Amino acid sequence: MMKRILAATAALAISASLASAQEVKVGVNLPYTGIGAEFAQLIDRGMELYLKLNADKVKPYSIKLIKRDAKNPAGNDSRVATQELLTQDNVDILAGWVYSPNAIASAPVVTAGKKLAVIMNAGTAHITNMSPYYVRTSFSMWHSGYPMGEAAAKQLGAKTAVVGYTDFPPGKDELAAFKRAFEGSGGKVIDEIPMGGAGAVPDFTPFFQRAKDKKPDVFFVFIPAGDHAAAVVKTYGALGMREAGIKLIGPGDITQDTKLQAMGDAAVGLITMHHYHADLDNAENKRFVAAWKKEYGANTTPDFMAIGGYDGMALIVHIVQQLKGKIDGDKAIAAAKTFKSNSPRGPFSIDPETRDIVMNAYLSEVVKGKDGKLSQKVLSTTPNVKDPCKALKVPPCG
Amino acid sequence: MIFTIENIASMVLGGVAAGMVLFIVSVGLSVTMGLMGFVNLAHGAFAMLGGYIIVLSMRHLGVGFIPALAIGFVMTAAVSIVFERVLYSRLYKAGELDQVLFTIGLAFVFIAALTVFIGPENQPLTLPPELRGQLDLGIVQYRTYSIFLIIVGVAIVIALWLGFERTRFGAQIRAAVDNRRMAESLGINIDRLFAITFGFGSGMAALGGGLGAEFLGLDPQYALKYLVFFLIVVAVGGAGSIVGVFCASLIIGVLDFVLKKYLPQGGTLFIYALTILLLLWRPQGLFGKPS
Repeated sequence: MMKRILAATAALAISASLASAQEVKVGVNLPYTGIGAEFAQLIDRGMELYLKLNADKVKPYSIKLIKRDAKNPAGNDSRVATQELLTQDNVDILAGWVYSPNAIASAPVVTAGKKLAVIMNAGTAHITNMSPYYVRTSFSMWHSGYPMGEAAAKQLGAKTAVVGYTDFPPGKDELAAFKRAFEGSGGKVIDEIPMGGAGAVPDFTPFFQRAKDKKPDVFFVFIPAGDHAAAVVKTYGALGMREAGIKLIGPGDITQDTKLQAMGDAAVGLITMHHYHADLDNAENKRFVAAWKKEYGANTTPDFMAIGGYDGMALIVHIVQQLKGKIDGDKAIAAAKTFKSNSPRGPFSIDPETRDIVMNAYLSEVVKGKDGKLSQKVLSTTPNVKDPCKALKVPPCG
Repeated sequence: MIFTIENIASMVLGGVAAGMVLFIVSVGLSVTMGLMGFVNLAHGAFAMLGGYIIVLSMRHLGVGFIPALAIGFVMTAAVSIVFERVLYSRLYKAGELDQVLFTIGLAFVFIAALTVFIGPENQPLTLPPELRGQLDLGIVQYRTYSIFLIIVGVAIVIALWLGFERTRFGAQIRAAVDNRRMAESLGINIDRLFAITFGFGSGMAALGGGLGAEFLGLDPQYALKYLVFFLIVVAVGGAGSIVGVFCASLIIGVLDFVLKKYLPQGGTLFIYALTILLLLWRPQGLFGKPS
């Protein structure tokens, strides 16, 4: 009897260890409820679409997503979710993070947990310095802010700019990036307007009125995409700022694909700098967008958040294959540094020095087609941008 | 900072328009609080429900903006009367904590229900072309919709004031606010009065939810996001006073606009600080009667 129990236990233990070699548990930390819920859905769909389209690349392993709710941009709830994923769900890899404060708050837990953590959105530049286990597949604010500052001065010929930003870490980062490049190229930032927090969409009228009174050549706006974006473009149109000769520019958050059609004519002529939008003209992206519409409906569209989840999952699958399904935090980081792919956003790789992404930045303009639909036209491409914040060693990045 | 006429006019117009939205939403909250002594934290949820009905009926049924506002008012009022008869009326004699717990719970139910059935995303309001763009007022060009809101707000406050002060029903409400037991003993049907007033207040909130969607947006978090502002308006204006709510809305709307424009670093801090100071000075609000 005793022998049989022992044998059964041993068999169980073996089958359990076999199962863990086959199945990789990915803990997902996203705001499934609250103001970030639609962002969480986009990243989720990006991850799931990659797994569906690339089932043969995952074999013989399987990837199980375990989702926990980060709730809000405040940090605390996300930190708790990270902790629970590590200690209760025993995940092999962490992924997600829409909001920078959440990734910042989770950093010590990630470091202590010694598991690879893939950031799929949160863009404050220095986040990847906060834990040696962070790898980013989205962007740093400097990827858009810095090239935009140069382009505003050189290509758009702007002499003066007003910057309006949502008052939380990535907003301040974006402001710093734009200002450094714009003033380095001979322009002058004449006013900086903090426009409320990320937790709720404010009425932008007073802030935009202030910007309009300053009469700048360009008004550079950073907001955390989503409903903020729709409100920004609406207010810009309603206050007659275009007629006053002020160009609205920003990172692609102000022209998020999912919100673009609802913005109407007020969006025509907006100029953005970003690493992805659904209208990018390359074969990989055409396939991706078509697969997305087939899977989630013709009226839906992927956007820069979806691509963060999609490429993030591509990275995770690469690591799982490299490590043959046995995930160890340090080995996973080493494997991540060798990752290169041809993504819908263009060439994509992980910088081995910073664990941050290297990718193209596209300067685009919103145009209206004959069918009345809005789309984004690429004006110029800056190839293989490494996070300028770290390249230039700007504190706290350098 | 240079103050030009254009500068000042745009500030006043922007602030007053924001204040009008606050007024339209908050007036129902103030009356139910004054009349029934009931703290209805689900008021923002009724505003949200109305906003959704208005925006979605425009989008999916092709109804015009004005008819959609009417539909939103009527449907929200009807729904809220059902809630009042079935749920709220059981708690009129309960303690304040029970009322607060019940109504905040109801707000969460609304949030979850809209997230499940409609989705977490914002529902943009599509204004008719006549209300978009800019209007030339002679001294200043300003967004047409803000001016429309100001006209609507003024019309509503005049109509409400006349209804409150000059009609038999208004007199009954005022009597019940002043002394409920005396009003009851004079033969006023308090139950009926409560239900109608509650429905009317929720209908007004629905109008505010729809009219304000252009500025405040409309998503499932709406129910709690702006609740603090609605409560501040009622606290500053004094519960149960229409003129009080109107003045408080204008003061808060304009102050908030001006402070955000010139001191954006402070955010909403000033409004909260000013509210605290005012309530220390006059706990019953600007126009409320001391209890």
